[in-house]
Amino acid sequence: MTLEFVLFVILATVIVTSALGVVLSASIVRSAVFLLITLIGISFLYFLLGAEFLGATQLIVYVGGTLVLLVFGGMLTSGGPFHYQSIRRSEWIIASVVAVFIFFLLVQVSLSIPLVANERSMPGPGALGLAFLTSHLLPFEIVSVHLLVVLIGAAYLARAKKKTRSVL
Amino acid sequence: MNATLEQYVSPSLAMVIAAVVASLLIFSFIGVAAFLFIWGERKVSGRIQDRLGPTRVGPFGLLQSLADGIKLVMKEDFVPSGSDQFLFRIAPFVAFSAAFAGFIALPFAEGLVASQLSVGAFFVLAVLSSEVFGVMLAGYSSANKWSLYGGVREAAQVVSYEIPRSICVLVPICIAGTLNLNLITRQQEGYFWNWYLFHDPFTFAAFFVFFIVATASCKRAPFDLAEAESELVAGFLTEYSGMRWSYFFLAEYASMFAMSALASLLFLGGWHTGLLPFEPADRFGSILGNIFDAAIFILKGSVLVVVMMWMRWSMPRLRIDQVMQTCLKYFLPISCILLIGVCVWQLTIPAVVTSTTPFVLAFGSFAGILFAILTGLRSRPTPQTSGAFELP
Repeated sequence: MTLEFVLFVILATVIVTSALGVVLSASIVRSAVFLLITLIGISFLYFLLGAEFLGATQLIVYVGGTLVLLVFGGMLTSGGPFHYQSIRRSEWIIASVVAVFIFFLLVQVSLSIPLVANERSMPGPGALGLAFLTSHLLPFEIVSVHLLVVLIGAAYLARAKKKTRSVL
Repeated sequence: MNATLEQYVSPSLAMVIAAVVASLLIFSFIGVAAFLFIWGERKVSGRIQDRLGPTRVGPFGLLQSLADGIKLVMKEDFVPSGSDQFLFRIAPFVAFSAAFAGFIALPFAEGLVASQLSVGAFFVLAVLSSEVFGVMLAGYSSANKWSLYGGVREAAQVVSYEIPRSICVLVPICIAGTLNLNLITRQQEGYFWNWYLFHDPFTFAAFFVFFIVATASCKRAPFDLAEAESELVAGFLTEYSGMRWSYFFLAEYASMFAMSALASLLFLGGWHTGLLPFEPADRFGSILGNIFDAAIFILKGSVLVVVMMWMRWSMPRLRIDQVMQTCLKYFLPISCILLIGVCVWQLTIPAVVTSTTPFVLAFGSFAGILFAILTGLRSRPTPQTSGAFELP
């Protein structure tokens, strides 16, 4: 039993428990908190694998950005002080069937990936950046144009709402 | 330290011991730093408001924070009945652990860093930006309108200020070519004109923009919209008391120091004095040199923290729309221009100009500070009577 194994077991338990918490808790913000723990755990997994850049990116994008917006949305849209979801039985059944299928798909895919030797050090941010700007320039540009479209769309929506309000 | 321990015990046990020791050191550092900064904050605010500040407990009131701490521990751990109990209880710890984790990658000296990450600067930014989560949870779970307003404001503010902050960090990184904080600092070795602050006009401006934006992301006044005691009672802190309340303050002072430390690592040469042309850890031996380094580093960080306090007590609070406007209409374009400018500077400006600019900037700002001090000394403010003593 190496240290990595022990740490992995601890992390995996935390991730799985908090992921169950995301699904099972009725309050949206509580789910978001469990999601926070899950995402932090996953970023720690990346750190454990030596992929520091990926881990830090996971933290800044999901924890610092996405989750904050999620909770922000929850705070702004809920009617009462706390917002609880009520889930019907049919929704439970459909969701669990879909979840089981996705689980088996993921297991299939992850078992089919050949094992990589653990000793090799992961490429740092420099190699990643070079790859983005040379061999993977087209996907990188497509993603950035996508983001720009989303940004302009959001600005347009926000502005349109303001105009109608001022007309009224 | 890890390597030294591995001679005696197995590598994995050595790693665990090193991790425990490092985290205990960081925790005690945060505790002591917050202890002294809270005292300093009270003294600074007292002096600025023409008062003495704490004087009763200990010499110069130094033990005031200890007395406060005892009071806070004795207080009842109160949770409002209408609140979301679980979230209310964990929120302070979320905020504190985020601030704590930022210290993992901060090098205090050449050999004094908990974990030398290859993406240190990025990691510190990423972790410190998740401190907002604790504040938001506190605001939401209190089931109180003031708290909710505080939380919503904090979320909007921090998410927007994160962008100029990251871009400003990119400016020195563009010159350094690495995200490793140790390497960035090693590149600024030597006299103080080697610091990235004086590298070119763009980094010079970027330091000030970064410092203001970092103050805003630490929710310090004049950007303390989340707390805003004159409008929102105490913002997200309204329902908190006792130890849970003090955890938020530990987190706040820890992130203030972490931000100041990051600024000094990126722009002010980190643990280098700026007066010695060599790396102290290499010349004075590893123990003495590292202690010397750490002292310089902590001094630089603390000076910046004191500047933050000075700003807090000298400036009025901005309104929330002004805060957002400053960020999106001024700091964001300014930081983008600085980033492009520093790239263009490195690629196009001839070597004669780039080699003389540090001297011009360094001695120019030195002369500027001297001039400001001298004029400040010469023009004494005339005492103003409040009008209370005048006869009608």
